[in-house]
Amino acid sequence: MATGTLVDVVMPQMGVSVSEGTITKWLKQAGEAISADEPLLEISTDKVDTEVPSPATGVVQELLAQEGETVAVGTKLATIAPEGADAPTPDVPEPATQAGAAESEAVSSSDAGTPTAETVEDVEPAAAPAEPAPKAEPAPAPAPSADGQDNGKAFVSPVVGRIASEHGVDVSQVSGTGRGGRVTKKDILQFIESGGAQAAPAQPAAPAQPAPATPAQPAAAPAPAAAAEPAEGESFEPMSAMRRGIAEHMRRSIDTSAHVTSAIEVDMSKIVGIREQLKQEYKASYGVNPTYLAFVAIAAAATLKDYPWVNGELRGDQIVTRASVNLGFAVELADGKGLIVPVVRDAETLNLLGMVKAIADVAKRAREKQLLPDDVVGGTFTITNPGGYGTFHGTPVISQPQAAILGTYAVVKRPWVVQDELGQDVIAIRPIMNLTLTYDHRLVDGALAGRFLRDLRERLESWEESA
Amino acid sequence: MAVMTYLQAISDGLRVEMRRDKRVYVIGEDVGVYGGAFKVTQGFQDEFGPWRVIDAPLAETAIVGSCTGAAIMGMRPVAEMQFADFVSCAWDHLVTVAAKQRYRAGTPVPIVVRCPSGGGFSGGPFHSQNPESSFAHIPGLKVVCPATPADAKGLLISSIEDPNPVLYMEHKHLYRRIKDEVPEERYTIPLGEARMHREGNDITLVTWGAMVYTADEAATQLEADGISVEILDLRTVMPWDKQAVLKSVEKTSKLLVLHEDTRTGGFGAEIVATITEEAFESLDAPVKRVTAPDAPVPFSPPLEKAFIPQVEDVVAGLKDLAAY
Repeated sequence: MATGTLVDVVMPQMGVSVSEGTITKWLKQAGEAISADEPLLEISTDKVDTEVPSPATGVVQELLAQEGETVAVGTKLATIAPEGADAPTPDVPEPATQAGAAESEAVSSSDAGTPTAETVEDVEPAAAPAEPAPKAEPAPAPAPSADGQDNGKAFVSPVVGRIASEHGVDVSQVSGTGRGGRVTKKDILQFIESGGAQAAPAQPAAPAQPAPATPAQPAAAPAPAAAAEPAEGESFEPMSAMRRGIAEHMRRSIDTSAHVTSAIEVDMSKIVGIREQLKQEYKASYGVNPTYLAFVAIAAAATLKDYPWVNGELRGDQIVTRASVNLGFAVELADGKGLIVPVVRDAETLNLLGMVKAIADVAKRAREKQLLPDDVVGGTFTITNPGGYGTFHGTPVISQPQAAILGTYAVVKRPWVVQDELGQDVIAIRPIMNLTLTYDHRLVDGALAGRFLRDLRERLESWEESA
Repeated sequence: MAVMTYLQAISDGLRVEMRRDKRVYVIGEDVGVYGGAFKVTQGFQDEFGPWRVIDAPLAETAIVGSCTGAAIMGMRPVAEMQFADFVSCAWDHLVTVAAKQRYRAGTPVPIVVRCPSGGGFSGGPFHSQNPESSFAHIPGLKVVCPATPADAKGLLISSIEDPNPVLYMEHKHLYRRIKDEVPEERYTIPLGEARMHREGNDITLVTWGAMVYTADEAATQLEADGISVEILDLRTVMPWDKQAVLKSVEKTSKLLVLHEDTRTGGFGAEIVATITEEAFESLDAPVKRVTAPDAPVPFSPPLEKAFIPQVEDVVAGLKDLAAY
């Protein structure tokens, strides 16, 4: 409900599949003056940390959520009495649970990037019956209003349904002003206009999703309440929004895909040599380090062009393939408490230097939490590199809705059987790297994965210096 | 331009056509010497003579039957029913002969049957009805329901020109109450084209005849509440301007159909059915009708007021849709 002349500040939609955010810090308190676009608070979502700017110039009237609280996108966070408005005396901030019904009005357009549609990623390509009963309502449930205005919300009129499907909007994210809280055509149009939803063009799941039988569920259901107090010797640490996002995504991925892992050993002798040659030049001219990861990424992008299903996706009963390879790279955050997967788009068009620079750029920004929402969507294949600490094998979890993930591991010197110039078998010392391909067996069979890994190995072992 | 009442505009249109086209003649009860029960044809007999302004016996069957024959022979008769209610006596000639002649034998039947219709003056069950939907249901007939003086004249001329039998429903309540500028020259308004009476964004209100004014008052009241109502005056019920209604409903997503006729099988039902068939995905609320109840029109003034849709009924209907 609109608050008279007051302007509402709501939790912004920070990217595809982001359904909630955590208030990290209030930068203004009730009663303080604020100008339009001045940061009012800091929020953290499972993808991005950012500031929320004030939508208006005026005085902060009321803070409706507390620091550390996690609320659904669209939840009213604060009210601003705009300049010149006849504003009442600011109240003492309400307890956090009073966050109120989700509001779509005055969604503040954040500097941090393009808000994107909630539903696109959350609509499961196939109904996932194994999903551990996600709760329909994200975060604190809106308090029922006195006039019982929350019964009819589930009804979607024909025109609202049509607009929602055209714009990829999850109607449950729109606050309704119709009878019984029903979402009216005006509500959804306002929601879209205010940037509440925008089909992400790069997001592969966006177009014409065959509607699953189950309605879209908000991604991160709040973790079930555990014991209220830690037992002796235990201590509690609240999950960050990112940790909960990862937890939900990993669980969902395991429940969705039939994970199978195949591994292959690659003789990296040639690459090691080329890398040694390039190191100086790259460092001096471009300030970057030609990593093994970049070589593998180049080879993977080229190989994926020959294996569109490995670069594909299962969407409903359709197999999606695409012309370009958008490579995601799993990056650990600087504090060691989270993981994010920025995407390098059109990876197949990059040469080695371009790939080195692109990976360095997204990795740096990921560690420093400077990624934009668009940097973390639209991946078609992911590479994870857990080999930095010497591990030589792993079984990573697929980043949904992709079909496979490549693991790269430590380059280890091994005794290796090779043929000498006379064709005799001899044992040599060779730098060997294990690669794993973890694939969704619903789409990719073992033989296909094997051929993919074979070709990938061939590209790496016969690397042309000019590449 | 001249300011004319709705009634004067009808007379003017008729006179213009009779002066222009010698095939046009008038026949009805008391239309000649007396100038018509409502004085639409006052002075006509002096100008056009008793052979073109014919006083008929009290027999609608004979009036419409003779018109049908004359039309087949090339004349352009305009019959007056003293009250629209009495057209039921002419049903057989209209429905069985006039409506089907062209289909059956290829001969056009260009007759106009003027039907003074509608209530609001305690005329009771025999002098207040709005029988447009009965005739709209008959393939081969056209039904015209003008609301403004300018439309009354232009639509009457189009009806006379039309090669088909046309029922021209002139609303008695508007005869002397409604006054507006009307072009003095001859002009036509195409049958089947709605008139945008009032533009709005939130709700489409489709109506015709006297209800246009009821709708307009209701829309003005709702303006104060910030609800903007778009009023489409259909002007002709058959053919009706489906495209105009669809276009408006696509914009507003909400539709209220208002008519003075009774509810069941009223022409509103046809509009509502069409919209749910063809604009289902544009709808944001159930389509609503505000109509008279399924009963004869009462004599008693308070009962008649309760019977005919009033401004407050329309306001309530619109508010209900706005809140949905």
